[in-house]
Amino acid sequence: MKVFIKRGEHFVEYALHTPNTTLLTLLNTIKKEQDPSLSFSSGCRSSVCGSCAMRVNDVEVLACAYKVQDGDRVEPLKNMPIIRDLVVDMQKAYSFNRLSKAWLSELKKEAKLDESATAINALQSDCILCGACYSACPVYSVNEEFLGPFSLTRVWKYVSDKREQQIQEKIDTIQNNGVWDCTLCNGCTVVCPQGISSKADIEKLRVKSTMAGYSDPSFAQSFGDFGSFDGIPIF
Amino acid sequence: MKTDVLIIGAGGAGLVAALHAKEAGVDVKVLTKEYPTRSQTCMAQGGMNAVLPNSEADSIEAHIANTLKSAHGEADEEAVRFMCGEAPNAVAWLDSIGVCFSRTEEGVIAQRALGGASAPRACYAQDYTGLKILHTLYDKCLKEAISIESEKIFLSLLKDTHGTVCGAEILDLKSGEVEHYLAKAVIVATGGYSRIYDANSTNSTASTGDGIAIASRAGAKLIDMEFVQFHPTGLKNSSILISESARGEGGYLLNSKGERFTDELQPRDALSRAIDAEIQKGEDVFLDIRHLGEEFIDKALPQERKLAKLYENVDPVHELLPIRPVAHYTMGGIVVDHTSQTTLEGLFACGECANHRVHGANRLGGNSLLEIIVFGKEAGLHAAKYAQAQSFRTPIENEQSLLRVIDAYTNELDFYAKHQELGDLLYEKLGIVRTQCGLEELQTFISQTFEALPRMGVSDTAKAYNTNRKEFLEFINMLEVSRAVVDGALQRKQSCGAHYMREEDV
Repeated sequence: MKVFIKRGEHFVEYALHTPNTTLLTLLNTIKKEQDPSLSFSSGCRSSVCGSCAMRVNDVEVLACAYKVQDGDRVEPLKNMPIIRDLVVDMQKAYSFNRLSKAWLSELKKEAKLDESATAINALQSDCILCGACYSACPVYSVNEEFLGPFSLTRVWKYVSDKREQQIQEKIDTIQNNGVWDCTLCNGCTVVCPQGISSKADIEKLRVKSTMAGYSDPSFAQSFGDFGSFDGIPIF
Repeated sequence: MKTDVLIIGAGGAGLVAALHAKEAGVDVKVLTKEYPTRSQTCMAQGGMNAVLPNSEADSIEAHIANTLKSAHGEADEEAVRFMCGEAPNAVAWLDSIGVCFSRTEEGVIAQRALGGASAPRACYAQDYTGLKILHTLYDKCLKEAISIESEKIFLSLLKDTHGTVCGAEILDLKSGEVEHYLAKAVIVATGGYSRIYDANSTNSTASTGDGIAIASRAGAKLIDMEFVQFHPTGLKNSSILISESARGEGGYLLNSKGERFTDELQPRDALSRAIDAEIQKGEDVFLDIRHLGEEFIDKALPQERKLAKLYENVDPVHELLPIRPVAHYTMGGIVVDHTSQTTLEGLFACGECANHRVHGANRLGGNSLLEIIVFGKEAGLHAAKYAQAQSFRTPIENEQSLLRVIDAYTNELDFYAKHQELGDLLYEKLGIVRTQCGLEELQTFISQTFEALPRMGVSDTAKAYNTNRKEFLEFINMLEVSRAVVDGALQRKQSCGAHYMREEDV
């Protein structure tokens, strides 16, 4: 079996006999038996730590959950600086969690959670921060400051949590470089190893934003000539 | 770089310590060799034990009794009482910062039964309890503007002329530069050492006992290192964990003849021995959950089905799952007092790397998440209090940095192959059943490996992001920890909990 791994500018070919194995096992085999300088990140090997996201044939996968096929082309994630081989620098991607205030801002003490209230965001809190969605997102080619799919999913998790008192603050925070910058292309949903749809979460945040008095700035802009739009909701 | 309290490790224990130290009014900084949400904590599935207020079916006394029983007399009763007593507060605190615990229809936090518990006591968040706790702690740290720096490799502790710990020597993986972080107090929260068993472990490859090896090198005392918990049901080839709930829900254990051979619901140490005995007889052992049905398996054990298909090419809905016991949790660790301070002035420890003596010779399922929340807080508060009474100290020059030493090593022997050999030998001789003679052989092997270290240097000479070098440093840490585990096992002649010496050799 042959696989091609992007190392720097070029793809390097590796020949191995490892049938029916995960990509992570294959990478470990190459590192231990052929070239110890091959660099990649990994951890739990059971799809919960989020360390080993990369791209195979242009699609984001977790190396520990992907079975290698002959001829596969393996590359690092996109939209992040490459440090070495398959390792990318996720600092900036992670920083969007802070910028979007993806946390419980103020506890609503009287909030009472039950089974159905916890079901609302059980899926969103399955996120493992692997960065697959971030890599698949086309918005970064035009706006590097986009808060991005995983951070906005995290915001939705707290906005939809009955325990959050400061919903307005959360919605205010995600207006610039946030919910309206998404193209709703659904690329994030397709690659999420946890089955989360950031696109759907962003749509829900848009509804909340509209209810809070915000509107799509691009929509407002296109119709700007007809009225006196100044950032204040017109509906 | 200076900070009042420096925390090494960003798993559950480290982040909890950071949050409480910060709240107590000191500056904190957290360093991790990975990224903050990738720690071993995310792998905890089952739950976190706590007797919730107004519980009729359960009591804190019962939680204490269950914990002490499982510990086989090796736990500190006062510490256990403290941990179990604090458990309801720990769960309430996690709930208040946004952890999505599963709830009952009545709105109470749901609890399930785990082995060794006299009542359903483990609070959980579906099958992702550790993941959801860890990520919520991370979110809370962001809110509190706690500085967490990723990809920082812990090399050694810095001490002043009096021997007081006053910082840490760190390798920045990205740049390859060595950095000194000065602190008034240091908390080690670097996790356990199950990966000394290499592939014979359920753990993340990062569980290499770094903090234990480094603290020990600096003079901190270790205790009970020989107590290693083997989980009865790891997948045979990949050591991927099949959760205890598979047996709790009615799964059987079968041998090659298709016969049940033991009680599937006995404690982990005893069950692991029963399975091992069967394997020693030449039998293969399987977990059979086929009778639970596809619908149930997809609802209750979806991760397990996915991982079994992926790693063993077996679908547990239709086929038997080949299993064996593998290293899962390490009870031993750095000696700490009731303020989480180690035997070194200025150094604190919490989490799996520390030994607060609450697990004794065998940890009760559901008590590890509890421990990191309860004692993470204690370590954070006590380190903060300590730091407030201190000023920054000047470290003495490190006479010989480990990094400089290993960079002079030649590359004649492959340390990856040696780690595999070590891991397999440890599994065989320091695993579920141990013998005096096997332990002595292992001791010799470890000494020989130490002697050969200077010929096992790394072949990758790159400065920036050299994972080959990082993994060699981890290997050295594991070798040192392995020596401590063997020494501990040789000193404890009698079987106790997870440390089982075969009769004829005692």
